[in-house]
Amino acid sequence: MSEYNFAYLDEQTKRMIRRAILKGLAVPGYQVPFASREMPMPYGWGTGGVQVSAATLTPEDTLKVIDQGADDTTNAVSIRKFFENTAGVETTEETAKATVIQTRHRIPEAKLRDDQIIVYQVPIPEPLRFLEPRETETRKMHSLEEYGLMHVKLYEDISQHGAISTAYAYPVKVSGRYVMDPSPIPKFDNPKLEMDAIQLFGAGREQRIYAVPPHTKVVSLDFEDYPFEATKAEHPCDLCGAEDSYLDEVIMDDAGNRMFVCSDTDYCRSRRAAGHVGRLAEEDAA
Amino acid sequence: MYVAVKGGEKAIENAHAWLAEERRGSTDVAELSLAQIREQLSLAVNRVMAEGSLFDPDLAALAIKQARGDLIEAIFLIRAYRTTLPRFGYSEPVETGEMACDRRISATFKDAPGGQVLGPTFDYTHRLLDFKLAADGGVPAAPEGAALEERTPHITGFLKGEDIIQDEAASDTTPGDLTREPMEFPANRPLRLQSLTRGDEGFVLGMAYSTQRGYARNHAFVGELRIGKVAVEMEIPELGFAIEIGEVDLTECETVNQFKGSKTEPPQFSRGYGLVFGQSERKSIAMALVDRALRWEELGEDNLGAPAQDEEFVLSHSDNIQATGFLEHIKLPHYVDFQSELELVRKLRREAEERITPKEAAE
Repeated sequence: MSEYNFAYLDEQTKRMIRRAILKGLAVPGYQVPFASREMPMPYGWGTGGVQVSAATLTPEDTLKVIDQGADDTTNAVSIRKFFENTAGVETTEETAKATVIQTRHRIPEAKLRDDQIIVYQVPIPEPLRFLEPRETETRKMHSLEEYGLMHVKLYEDISQHGAISTAYAYPVKVSGRYVMDPSPIPKFDNPKLEMDAIQLFGAGREQRIYAVPPHTKVVSLDFEDYPFEATKAEHPCDLCGAEDSYLDEVIMDDAGNRMFVCSDTDYCRSRRAAGHVGRLAEEDAA
Repeated sequence: MYVAVKGGEKAIENAHAWLAEERRGSTDVAELSLAQIREQLSLAVNRVMAEGSLFDPDLAALAIKQARGDLIEAIFLIRAYRTTLPRFGYSEPVETGEMACDRRISATFKDAPGGQVLGPTFDYTHRLLDFKLAADGGVPAAPEGAALEERTPHITGFLKGEDIIQDEAASDTTPGDLTREPMEFPANRPLRLQSLTRGDEGFVLGMAYSTQRGYARNHAFVGELRIGKVAVEMEIPELGFAIEIGEVDLTECETVNQFKGSKTEPPQFSRGYGLVFGQSERKSIAMALVDRALRWEELGEDNLGAPAQDEEFVLSHSDNIQATGFLEHIKLPHYVDFQSELELVRKLRREAEERITPKEAAE
């Protein structure tokens, strides 16, 4: 695809995006408006993440793309292929080998290093959006650090359900200043948001980029008497036996029997390669 | 035994192959040529150019063919292509007063210089299926008259002389470009007009219709609707002056709306403006009505809380490529999020049942 520039976007556009990224890194958690371009995949398919990755990739990079934690979901395959075609970069499914990881809805289980960048695809970057639909209002609330509405919402959850009823896209406070939407990752992943790697968030349709620099304090919002709790299905993985990984629940037959497997396919594969065995793994080998 | 859904790549390839086959349809039927689409489905081509923000009938025809006639998909193809084009510069503003009109009507004056020119309109056709078209598409030649030599003046210009219509303040400020800068609110009128002209026809129509039905009614008359060709001129730095680089077809609608005024200020008509690529009458009239509704603040009117008055609401939801993308993305996998909700609901139900059960046992 030599008709297109390296990684599809022209250099002017990449420069504009890099400026937004740098601003985002300088003001952790702040949503930087950027002139999102129309991409050759639909809005909602990760156009923000793709633009951030395109502006971040260099020819020497190794790219990993996951969706729901898996490398082989159709949209992950499609985005990986896009960069294979337009950037010619090496790609991998191994978390440890990747220098840039684009993700939708998950953070890999393996700890990320300081020489890695993780790029999140973000549908609605504004954590206050479902409390206040107007951008003009929410921007004001951020600038005044006026987050009372969010705490009221969490409090109402508790009074109605006895617990905070947000299971994914659980809001966090970054570096003691901005309340941020960590993208629709399960709240199980929230503690991982304090990491060694650079975290970049791209929302194409909403024209926003934000970032969390390495080693930045990221606190999931909660109350002293109702502390934040990272939860997962209370099972080990049925394939690799992992007890510390986020699990997908899979319906196996008409009788409704279930099995639980790691959503991070690379984590599961590498554990099995290392000899770990789950409840149903032997049948798998057969 | 569960087998993880592998082979996404193969599945995607196969889906694409099947799609190509479906797009072609039965090979017993002759294939559509781009020229056929361009010439015989020209209003579809116009819509794709207008909402795709790219004036190129051949590319629009290709997009329609590739999209199997799904116009929003075709618009998307054009937008994705357009965004990769280098930007050499900007044309001079087009002079719609110099338009070579195919059609020009006014609903406010019975006659005016330039006359009422119906042009190729559906307006007075009886909507009866023409079964002759199914058999053969031959048409007798339409009668021809001599082209009007003199320019067709704008109707609103006649009102301006009397100072009875609000004057649009001239400005040499370079307008913003919503394809190059992120939209921020409050936006200004140039950005609103850009957004409306590429906005979804159905959405803009619905918004305009809502104003007619009383949600911020603004009593619009079609002062003038004109369709035709205008020259596009661009200043070439090497030459130091503007030269004509091509022609585009445009539909322009100027509405004359309810007057404002007070005891001290004499009443004056206000206006709305619509300008769209190609013959796009419905869209340009709708655009003018929505433009007018969005001007409430500038014209000192009350915010009635109507959707069409709400700039952030209208501009944030008018783009059908954004809308369709976000709407349809919910068919992508969401099982990680659903799993976390599943666990949460199970936990909340368990806790709720525990709270209920001991009470019942005591009774």
